Amino acid sequence: MSVTPENNEKVYVCRCEEVTLEEIDEWIDRGYDTVEELKRVLRVGMGPCQGRGCQDILMREIAKKTGKPISEVAPATVRPPVKPIKIGLLAEGGEE
Amino acid sequence: MKKIAPEILVIGGGAAGLSAAAEAASAGAKVLVVESDLRLGGQLIKQTHKFFGSKDEYAGTRGYKIADILLNEIDSFKDSVSILQNTTVTGYYTEDDTFTAMRGEEEVFQIKPQKTIVATGAQERLIPFPNNDLPGVYGAGAVQTLMNVYGVLPGKRVLMVGAGNIGLIVSYQLMQAGVEVAAIVEAGPRIGGYWVHAAKIRRMGVPILLRHSIKKALGEDVITGAVITGLNEKFEQVGPEEEIECDLICIAVGLSPTTELLSQAGCKMMYVPQLCGNVAQRDRTMRTSNPAFYTAGDASGIEEASAAMVEGRIAGLSAAAALGYPTEHGKIDEYWSRLESLRMGEAGARICQGIECVLVKGWEGASHE
Repeated sequence: MSVTPENNEKVYVCRCEEVTLEEIDEWIDRGYDTVEELKRVLRVGMGPCQGRGCQDILMREIAKKTGKPISEVAPATVRPPVKPIKIGLLAEGGEE
Repeated sequence: MKKIAPEILVIGGGAAGLSAAAEAASAGAKVLVVESDLRLGGQLIKQTHKFFGSKDEYAGTRGYKIADILLNEIDSFKDSVSILQNTTVTGYYTEDDTFTAMRGEEEVFQIKPQKTIVATGAQERLIPFPNNDLPGVYGAGAVQTLMNVYGVLPGKRVLMVGAGNIGLIVSYQLMQAGVEVAAIVEAGPRIGGYWVHAAKIRRMGVPILLRHSIKKALGEDVITGAVITGLNEKFEQVGPEEEIECDLICIAVGLSPTTELLSQAGCKMMYVPQLCGNVAQRDRTMRTSNPAFYTAGDASGIEEASAAMVEGRIAGLSAAAALGYPTEHGKIDEYWSRLESLRMGEAGARICQGIECVLVKGWEGASHE
């Protein structure tokens, strides 16, 4: 549990896509208050780690700002691949 | 694309997965274990401390030795257990009930098992604070891996955030490795881990500051310090800020279950706070709502390795039984009584509450296998 940061201090929630807490709060205030929507507008959770580092923080922030219990905040849809795969490898596989 | 078709696929070669594989093999099933790391054993291989729990689950033995015991057991079934290390299962496609997997970064292939046991473990939770992206901010589990598996010291003086078992144990092991522990801060009103671990730390003179948290990390290119403050019951800042000099900040605020593949397989999921995240509903055989999928260990809810091993046994036994292999009558009940004894005590009571939420008596419309 961390303390609310002071102004002008950048807090990275999603390191892969460099999305800050400030940006997330701003978009939640505009009504984008689901993980799926925030993913689409900010790319949060869409980098190499696929949200493993940030989805939990994101869900807690949504819960905090909307007053919903975290159990009611839906996680993002999980699509394969769960880890980046080189496109060349997939293309090779398709030849057979 | 190459496709392999094992009877049972175990995803994850840690405490739960190895136990599941050994159990399924002992019933006669052919098992494939896929492990993303270079080495088998999961988190056990970095646990240099002795385990608690019960004798059946090797209480009094150091974690990495427990990994050796499991690996020896697996080795005795080497005709029926095959193992792929450095291989990640990257997805599950319900269209043709097939997984894709990647070995290293060189080869992609498909796996179509008859039954799957998802024992993918957990990932570390992180918390947001200013400068949390500076080098020197680590998950405590990551630091434990660096030190105890790779022999790399990550810093000279550490601030540990979180006084659960991981925070306490890693603090102690950092001290054993010669790192100075400036303090342990814990946002809650009490120490979450075992008293025996906390007492060892206190005897070494390290302060454990309850109702305290990190406010920010300090530094330009690397960590040079941290600001900590007191917290009230609502986790709001109270009292003065204090600056701590350190080049390492370890975050030990808990784990969350790794469940992507269960979600992709359409297993019914549920957020259970006592189990630390979204987990699959399961019956007493550790089967999920998808009849071909079982789950065990931290992927099914965060708990200790001893419980993960028993859950693995249950899942392995059940998957083998579902394939028609004869299994000993009443063995699952015996494993459940072991789980019950491991879940006695305060932390266990919380786990039991969580299990109660997520455990189903039977699956709707399912014929009994």
